[in-house]
Amino acid sequence: MKFLTTLMEKPWLTPDSELSPVNSIQYDQSKIGRTALLFFLMVVTILFLLITVTFLSRSQYYDFQALSGQPWLPFTQPTQLWLNTISLIVASLALQFAVIFSKKMQMNTSLVFVSLAAIFSCLFIIGQLLVWQKLTNTGYFINSNPANSYFYLYTGLHALHLFGGFFALVRVLAVFIRCTDPKHFSKNLSLCAFYWHYLLLVWILLFLLLTATADTYKTIALICGF
Amino acid sequence: MDYIAIADRDDKSHHPNSFFSKYIWSQDHKVIAIQYSITAIAVGLVALFLSGLMRLQLGFPDQFSFIDPSNYLQFVTMHGMIMVIYLLTALLLGGFGNYLIPLMVGTRDMVFPYLNMLSYWTYLLSVIVLMMSFFVSGGPTGGGWTLYPPQTILPGTPGSDLGIIFMLISLAIFIVAFTMGGLNYVTTILQARAKGMTLMRMPLSIWGIFIATILGLFAFPALLVSAIMMMFDKLLATSFFMPAIYSLGDSLQHTGGSPILFQHLFWFFGHPEVYIVALPAFGMVSDVISIHARKNIFGYRMMVWAIVAIGGLSFVVWAHHMYVSGMNPYFGFFFATTTLIIAVPTAIKVYNWLLTLWRGNIHLTVPMLFAIGFIFTFTHGGLTGLFLGNVIIDLPLSDTFFVVAHFHMVMGVSPIMVLFAAIYHWFPLFTGRFLNTRLGKIHFWGTFLGTYAIYLPMHYLGFLGVPRRYFALGDTDFIPASVQTLNASISVSAIIVGTIQLIFIINLFWSVFKGKKSGPNPWHANSLEWQTPQCPPQHGNWGEKLPEVHRWAYDYSVPGVKDDFIPQNLSQQKVIMFNETNSSDHEGDKK
Repeated sequence: MKFLTTLMEKPWLTPDSELSPVNSIQYDQSKIGRTALLFFLMVVTILFLLITVTFLSRSQYYDFQALSGQPWLPFTQPTQLWLNTISLIVASLALQFAVIFSKKMQMNTSLVFVSLAAIFSCLFIIGQLLVWQKLTNTGYFINSNPANSYFYLYTGLHALHLFGGFFALVRVLAVFIRCTDPKHFSKNLSLCAFYWHYLLLVWILLFLLLTATADTYKTIALICGF
Repeated sequence: MDYIAIADRDDKSHHPNSFFSKYIWSQDHKVIAIQYSITAIAVGLVALFLSGLMRLQLGFPDQFSFIDPSNYLQFVTMHGMIMVIYLLTALLLGGFGNYLIPLMVGTRDMVFPYLNMLSYWTYLLSVIVLMMSFFVSGGPTGGGWTLYPPQTILPGTPGSDLGIIFMLISLAIFIVAFTMGGLNYVTTILQARAKGMTLMRMPLSIWGIFIATILGLFAFPALLVSAIMMMFDKLLATSFFMPAIYSLGDSLQHTGGSPILFQHLFWFFGHPEVYIVALPAFGMVSDVISIHARKNIFGYRMMVWAIVAIGGLSFVVWAHHMYVSGMNPYFGFFFATTTLIIAVPTAIKVYNWLLTLWRGNIHLTVPMLFAIGFIFTFTHGGLTGLFLGNVIIDLPLSDTFFVVAHFHMVMGVSPIMVLFAAIYHWFPLFTGRFLNTRLGKIHFWGTFLGTYAIYLPMHYLGFLGVPRRYFALGDTDFIPASVQTLNASISVSAIIVGTIQLIFIINLFWSVFKGKKSGPNPWHANSLEWQTPQCPPQHGNWGEKLPEVHRWAYDYSVPGVKDDFIPQNLSQQKVIMFNETNSSDHEGDKK
């Protein structure tokens, strides 16, 4: 709405900033990081969304065999995926606690939670690799069925997304070690936490999608008109 | 929090202090812009050369032994991809976006200068990978610039081994580079504008670049997704897009993939890409027309709304590129309707350019000539778009030269005309010197008339049913012999127009060193980029103090004001009125 109000302004009628209410706008540096992150996450959202659209469309072709539903299928009881999900939830919560403690200026506690977040994120990646290993050992190769192809594609891209987060987190820590400015650290860390929550949200949606049954795909595809 | 401009932070980490940090690994947006521009123009010249080779074959078939059908398809593919992505997108956003955004919104640099530098070097890497594909076994891909599977990755298509892999890798790298640059542009525009520079006080160039960048950020993921999935199909034998298929007598491993899915993804990127190129051009041409007609832009708000509306609509028209692929008739109806609706904001823009010119004090400078030329070529290309937007007319015309003529007029020649207008207009800002006017006028008339000599006859070829993408027409009953004469004439025109561009290149090099000195603000423009303490602007752009903005960028020929322009950073108290000058003259007389 604010954008629409902006678009209604008549710039030719306010020739002096002293007379203009816009003069009171003040820019906050912390907004810069947030704006860039929001746009980046929008880009990532579109990326996953588009793959999902193709997934739902592809799921209605004759050669698509869902990975869940029947007792012999790998994700009918996705225990390892549950464990991975819990790891990512813990990592996300740990980062949120790290932000809270950094705001209270308890930097040591905050750093402990950052370390916890990093460890559990690594556990998530290791867990995903174990799932890959289990799938290949049981004959679910990347090219043996489109559902498998999508599973490897989705999880690979999500892992890449997580590595991007790692890179940002390491940079935030490096800047903190160099400048030791707790306020700056707290603001940057809150962006990292936001990134991790987003990662978690994407993963939960992917988890639901990839472990759904053929009937569920059919229903969604019907609703979407595929 | 008190007002602190982002550019005035204590962080001096990107301040250049050596030759390398100043000109090579520079984080200064102006240097990065020039790096982008030089690379884009260089690779664009390669694409221009390829089009010359294609025209040689079409105009004079069987005369050149070094062009065979495979080469021809490779030339078509590489010409298209380079021109659309590696030249136009890179030059308009990487080049002009980088140069103009910080200067026009009144900041010292992009908000993430390091990321900006990384964006250029990543772009250069993508260009290098693309150029490498010319030298790999089998040559570059020849599957057409749309890279449709299954053809593109099947044996028998030129470059289906390594060429396509290099192309896909190069595209992925380009998209990473664009995303880094794009995040910078959007964040700088939203968060680092000078005091008083509201969104609705921004020049239209910035509006065009802003919305085009958002389009790019949202559309390029579609190309990235399709590139990754096609790479999987090619290298890992998955079946995202590849159907069960026999190739050269062998049954391939693929099963049941959908090539149409690829087309949807590709065009979900491909159509917004048209506007990624067009919107910055719309913005820049608006500024050039307003400045050189000494008149405020007609309907500024409408112009902004039109840019936003075109940006939004561009995401719901993609399937008009796929009418011949077959679709539900209701879909065709929907996409035809949205396509025709997009003509409304576009027409508003054309009317507003004309109404800006109407009774303006038109200076027929070289930039203005190119800008007016753009109005012609764009209207021409836009009108043929109305033909092709309709399913029933598109079906017979889709695979003919009519489409080639249409898209070259609307997104080839038109943005290029604006780019030339922009280069002639902002060259004094880049270098402190004018480009040579006489050479510029020869360049304009040669290019403008020459492109009509190329593309106007192509519409007739299309109506006759002459197919596009064909290496040679051979003996075909429905194509009269005169088509060959017309093709030869088009080829001669193309070679002349291509050669005329050398005049421009010579003018560029000559004027950098020997051009007439321009001094500051030679066009008497209002926008901030011309108000820097030094011209060309130095590192940091604004000297000690950032500018404050007091008005929009289009106060030209304001009644009662002494000068016919009022810079954006001039406060109302400092504007000199006619009666003030008269009274001071009278006082002078009395003394």
